[in-house]
Amino acid sequence: MQDQVEFKGIREGILITIDPEAEWGDVLSDLTARIDNQAAFFRGATIVLQLGKRAVQRPELARLLNRLRERDVNLASVLSTSATTQGATRQLGLALDLSEIGPAEGVRQATPQIERPPEYPEKMFDDEIVGSEGILIRRTLRGGRVIRTPGHVVVVGDVNPGAEIIAGGDIVVWGRLRGVVHAGAMGDESCVICALDLQPTQLRISSLISVSPPTNKRRKPRPERAYIQDGQIKAEDWNH
Amino acid sequence: MSGRVITVTSGKGGVGKTTTTANLAMALASLEKRIIAIDADIGLRNLDLVMGLENRIVYDLVDVVEGRCTLRQAMVKHKGYPYLYLIPASQTRDKTAITPQNMRAVAMELKDSYDFILVDSPAGIEWGFKNAIAPADEVLIVTNPDVSAVRDADRIIGLIETHDVPIPVRLVINRLKSGMVRKGEMLSVDDIIGLLSIRLVGVIPEDENVLRSSNQGVAVAGPAGQAFLNLARRLDGEQVPFQSLEITSLMDRFRRLFNNR
Ligand SMILES: Nc1ncnc2c1ncn2[C@@H]1O[C@H](COP(=O)(O)OP(=O)(O)OP(=O)(O)O)[C@@H](O)[C@H]1O
Ligand SMILES: [Mg+2]
Repeated sequence: MQDQVEFKGIREGILITIDPEAEWGDVLSDLTARIDNQAAFFRGATIVLQLGKRAVQRPELARLLNRLRERDVNLASVLSTSATTQGATRQLGLALDLSEIGPAEGVRQATPQIERPPEYPEKMFDDEIVGSEGILIRRTLRGGRVIRTPGHVVVVGDVNPGAEIIAGGDIVVWGRLRGVVHAGAMGDESCVICALDLQPTQLRISSLISVSPPTNKRRKPRPERAYIQDGQIKAEDWNH
Repeated sequence: MSGRVITVTSGKGGVGKTTTTANLAMALASLEKRIIAIDADIGLRNLDLVMGLENRIVYDLVDVVEGRCTLRQAMVKHKGYPYLYLIPASQTRDKTAITPQNMRAVAMELKDSYDFILVDSPAGIEWGFKNAIAPADEVLIVTNPDVSAVRDADRIIGLIETHDVPIPVRLVINRLKSGMVRKGEMLSVDDIIGLLSIRLVGVIPEDENVLRSSNQGVAVAGPAGQAFLNLARRLDGEQVPFQSLEITSLMDRFRRLFNNR
């Protein structure tokens, strides 16, 4: 079954695409339920709605906006081809176009394209493509930066204390990880966090939290990987 | 040749931006450079005090921007050096009296006649910071060897790095007490560089002469004075080794050797 509400990470924040044919009342309750299920992920997030050709009157859009605001979700823009919806969007002071809002973070968005040699099963590549959505950040994330995406996050650089990454998928840091990171923030317990030097202020996977023990500051950095096993966050050497 | 605009900033307040701007200005002037120091801390001016020029002020930066005087009229000449001037901040107006465009225009007008234009910024990352950073060709981040000052420096560096036009940033560590670092009560130079990963250009020791000379409005002498002179030379392109730093990091290395065994 095709989802009537779909989430995707984009430069400007989180793009939520709503099936233009689905019933508006259903859409509304489905959307709010899904946000409530992943409240930690959505709190403070910037989202963009793609409504397609659906005509939405101002009161309906305002109702949705209020529900989002109650949940501390910032609706920045509504994309639509319907004149009615565009009018309502303007009246509510929202952007009609992504160019009107800045990118959420300095990130590179990759559209995965993997070619399948005919001898490989199709299924395998489907998984890779679906599972590969992520963003690449090619700089050190300094204090105060927050990266939030439903996909994976790869940082080539450090994640400094005071910086935060909240990812629906995995987090890989090619550098020192000392900020706050949350992998599998939409509930996936199979997500992992890897870093060349894993010393986060706080590490979360799915709904589990682990606070770094005050280790010897002068220990030799070594690559580690954190994951969930038997309901607990474990860290092990990242050499396989 | 065109002058360089160097903005001195920090994020956290009270770490020594004004002290650094004033002493750097005087040190560069003693190297016979042509210097203008601009106080962009509108409403809380004190660069004039630390440079000993308070009693000579007639006009200020806001007067220039609002057209009550020419730039030339607002420039206060320093008594001790032939080519050192200050453009003071206004004491009464609030910081919104000036915009980033104003700052760029003022800097443009000065660039041809001066070697260095030093801009002292207010604490924080708001309006005043944006003004101070607007004309900058280079930025000096001043920090102290404590966790909260370094954390704020990190944020500021992040802001500058992701600015429309990234500006080269270098670091000045102020108030280093080598004794405390050795005992592990303070971050070491290596700790700070490890975290911020930007280039170091000055290490200024904690020095009680600083307070005294600031009160008298003269350049600091002693160890801090030497460190400011070294900073000035490095900014001027000279290779000057880090003396006090070498000592502390050597100590650090020994300590690490023992701790790891
Ligand atoms: N190296 C030093 N040794 C001893 N005292 C110092 C040193 N550097 C600065 N100070 C003292 O620290 C105090 C704050 O310095 P200063 O006014 O330069 O900081 P600032 O960053 O400009 O502050 P603000 O954010 O309020 O503008 C002053 O009393 C100054 O004398
Ligand atoms: Mg100051």
